[in-house]
Amino acid sequence: MDHPARAPARHQGLQMEEGLIFEQSGDGRCGVDLTEPPELDDRLGGLARDGAIGLPGLSEPQVVRHYTRLSQKNYAIDSGLYPLGSCTMKHNPRLNEKLARLPGFADLHPMQPDSTVQGALELIDTLAHWLKTLTGMPAVDMSPAAGAHGELCGMMAIRSALEARGDARKRVLAPDSAHGTNPATAAACGYRVQSIPSNDRGRVDLDAFKAALDEDVAAFMLTNPNTCGLFEDEIIEQAQAVHDAGALFYCDGANFNAIAGIARPGDLGIDCMHINLHKTFSTPHGGGGPGSGPVVLSETLAPFAPLPWVVHGADGFSLVEHAAQAEEGAFPFGRMKGFHGQFGMFVRALAYMMSHGADGLRQASSDAVLAANYVLARLQDTLSLPYDGPCMHEVLFDDRFLDGSDITTLDYAKALIDAGYHPMTIYFPLVVHGALLVEPTESESKQSLDHFIDTLEDLGQRAKEGDADFFHQAPKHTPRRRLDETAAARQPVLRWGDRG
Amino acid sequence: MRYLPLTEGDRAEMLAAIGVDGMGALFKDIPESARLTGLLDLPMHSGEIEVERALGAMAAKNLTAGDAPSFLGAGAYRHHVPAAVDALIQRGEFLTAYTPYQPEISQGTLQSLFEFQTQAAMITGLDVANASMYDGATACAEAVYMASRITRRHRVVLSGALHPHYREVVATATRFLPQEIIAAPTFPGQEEDLAAMIDNQCACVVVQYPDFFGELRDLTALADACHDAGALLIVAVTEVVALGLVRSPGEMGADIVAAEGKSLGNALNFGGPYLGLFACRDRHVRQMPGRLIGETTDVDGNRGWVLTLATREQHIRREKATSNICTNSGLCALAFSIHLSLLGEDGFTRLARINHAKAVTLADRLAELDGVELVNNAFFNEFTLRLTRPAAPLVDELAADGILAGVPVSRLCPDDDSLADLLLVAVTETATDADMDALVDSMARAI
Amino acid sequence: MSDLKYTKDHEWVRVEGDAAIIGISDFAQEQLGDVVFVELPAIGKQFKQGDEAAVIESVKAASEVYAPVGGEVVEINLPLGDNPGLVNEAPTGEGWFLKIRISDTSELDALMDENAYQKFTQG
Repeated sequence: MDHPARAPARHQGLQMEEGLIFEQSGDGRCGVDLTEPPELDDRLGGLARDGAIGLPGLSEPQVVRHYTRLSQKNYAIDSGLYPLGSCTMKHNPRLNEKLARLPGFADLHPMQPDSTVQGALELIDTLAHWLKTLTGMPAVDMSPAAGAHGELCGMMAIRSALEARGDARKRVLAPDSAHGTNPATAAACGYRVQSIPSNDRGRVDLDAFKAALDEDVAAFMLTNPNTCGLFEDEIIEQAQAVHDAGALFYCDGANFNAIAGIARPGDLGIDCMHINLHKTFSTPHGGGGPGSGPVVLSETLAPFAPLPWVVHGADGFSLVEHAAQAEEGAFPFGRMKGFHGQFGMFVRALAYMMSHGADGLRQASSDAVLAANYVLARLQDTLSLPYDGPCMHEVLFDDRFLDGSDITTLDYAKALIDAGYHPMTIYFPLVVHGALLVEPTESESKQSLDHFIDTLEDLGQRAKEGDADFFHQAPKHTPRRRLDETAAARQPVLRWGDRG
Repeated sequence: MRYLPLTEGDRAEMLAAIGVDGMGALFKDIPESARLTGLLDLPMHSGEIEVERALGAMAAKNLTAGDAPSFLGAGAYRHHVPAAVDALIQRGEFLTAYTPYQPEISQGTLQSLFEFQTQAAMITGLDVANASMYDGATACAEAVYMASRITRRHRVVLSGALHPHYREVVATATRFLPQEIIAAPTFPGQEEDLAAMIDNQCACVVVQYPDFFGELRDLTALADACHDAGALLIVAVTEVVALGLVRSPGEMGADIVAAEGKSLGNALNFGGPYLGLFACRDRHVRQMPGRLIGETTDVDGNRGWVLTLATREQHIRREKATSNICTNSGLCALAFSIHLSLLGEDGFTRLARINHAKAVTLADRLAELDGVELVNNAFFNEFTLRLTRPAAPLVDELAADGILAGVPVSRLCPDDDSLADLLLVAVTETATDADMDALVDSMARAI
Repeated sequence: MSDLKYTKDHEWVRVEGDAAIIGISDFAQEQLGDVVFVELPAIGKQFKQGDEAAVIESVKAASEVYAPVGGEVVEINLPLGDNPGLVNEAPTGEGWFLKIRISDTSELDALMDENAYQKFTQG
């Protein structure tokens, strides 16, 4: 590597340097006091381990300090506006965390007899009712662990339904602006994916779509609002065409947060849609998970929903965990994960929904859309807008405003870091050059939005004035500056140790 | 509404700046026929007190595992989580951050996941681990996909003593793909001859260790048999605390380990969110699914961490990705990692010894009862009892008395009558002597 | 004027006797950025024209390299395993990918020469 040799980084004010836990170890230290058990002959069948694992030993204060220092190297919604388009970084209420930790929820074993978990099953049933009502769909499967997992669930339901009627279709259509999970999911269901181009309005090209639609197409996967932050305004016509061709309509609900309480996907003609509880209903992202991805299903698909699910009978609530226990007419296609879904996330999502209520959820969607359009309106002359508004909950810019400046979208984003913001989503969607996708969410005050917009404007001006070096050097005021991703990928070092 | 900062005045100013006279103009692209004109039939907004009351009432209807002598396992084990774990993972900088796409301002998440990868590789005895998956069962399905990619074969042999949910998830995940699943029959307590099921079309054999019935078996010969036939050995682990005491799957020749990591740092949560651990050999790393963190340096030459080898993933590879997975189980992985850091080598092995000692003591006491037979020869903290009556109604009876006695095997395998009398009993450090006395006494009465 | 022939997918071919040496163009390596990994086929493998012959990865992109002509793989550029950056440094030289024994030389006729390819990339 050809970086200049420099003294190692040191503490600077509140920014502490912190090595790996493996470098802080002392033999015999332990952060948990456990009483040594009595000596007895083990029953391990001769499989007792001989050598040491090599785990470091630390006391509790060392561990607390280590992770506290690490946390201080992260940007988070709690610290500032987090405009990461398509990711929905809205406020995560602490009430949700508190309730998820009630022992009556957190300390329940998934295999307890149903009679001992009536409240938990009631909670799942209640959340299911909210989701069905908000989407206008007759059924929901609660088990998928995340959005992409929900997609897999929905597409498997589609394939199961088609196979049940003896229909062996081979292709799935998805717009070129789709999230990468859509084609990856279709492939995991054994389908070939055909990409449909976008038109000059940032929406699915209806003629190209209709031309691709034939009796070999199993499903159309559409994200709506789409990844350009626009509502697919021809969706009812698309749904009609899909059904006329005997195919089914998968809606990617990643952006449901724009329309919750404003419109119901069930009224738009879809057959299924996953809901990212960690986006729309504010269960925390936690640095990349865990998520939760329930899937709402039409009458056509509901009989094929995977196990398990909750039913409400004369004796209260119970879980259906096996096909043989299922009601007549149910043909579950299998099981998506261990046990019964991301229950801890259900508690958080329901607490969020009940806090907002029917009125607050509608207002939240409305405020999210208002905030994005406000950003659009105020920045359309400084940045460049590939598609006219109005937008939904996020606004897409492209990099034409940087033409001739020797500054890239990445450079502009990195300069935003030095100005105190997490960058927007960049280089996605792929349908515009140098994309910058801004999702301010409903969690920001006008004052906060104005400051953010002013910052983007200032940086935009600075870029136009040609101060390329400023952008190329950024970020300067971060725990680490730009990192060498090429070296990381060419000679991967994926764990600590003397391997490397 | 406490979560919404905009005032009516703000909204009016913003609409004016946009140049429209109302929100209707911003929602104009939604077909008018589908636009709701009023509120949905759901309750209106509520204050914290009301929400706490409503959800607290639901929580109060449950029998909390901590309020009862509790011996449930079958893939989810109740362990004590040190207070520091939950305090640290609730720091907003961890809790409310996204996937670390901007490494300069995400070093906290990146470094902690790099440490997690190292810990996961160490305890499984393999070279590298990813930054986590949804849970053990889905990690197991991903391992099967991966074995098919590596071997370019599609026959998958599943042990009869693999957790039924793992078997079902693997079967579901491969349902529309070329894989052919060959599931061995279930005979608890008996050694399976899985080596005899391997042929030259076999991509992998999947076994659980300790197995679904708690039995521990040496996997070395099976690993050799797999490798001789050009197949891979996938080892599922549902109780990672066992790895504090027993030989690691990697040491016995496993190529991929798919484990449930919930036991460290994470609550029972009625089954989720949990934590999939996924580890493999160096030579297969480019076929590995999921997110990976790698070490590098920044422009000043300082060590730092980044997401790496992303070209395997769906956002770049799309339909050719190794997996459709997008999220990991980040916060659960952090909790795991903090708990394991607190334990360290000494604490982790001592915790495992405590679990084993309690299990040995309880197994022997229960096996002395008339009508109770211990099925296992070797076990860690979970064992199987054969009773003289069906286990499911017995468990329900004891639950009515406030004792969570164990998991009847029939709950997971209802179709096999020969398993109806089997009860899985798990014992962890959370069980007191009084809890164990209560179980022994009530079992003696119920049998 | 070089002796290379090009495809629309940005592979190049240099014919040596009955063999074709194959790589990716300077334009393609520049579009990809720093190459971090190259996956090459096994020697002896048979390809038809247009088959996926290799995979090339940069930090943020991955793409397939298609066989510009059909035939049998007789040699692969092993140093790319340890040093994939050769593709960036010398795409038409030391950064070559593989050598194929051509099964049908007429397949070469449809490929572009240097001039045509330059026009194609500028168009």
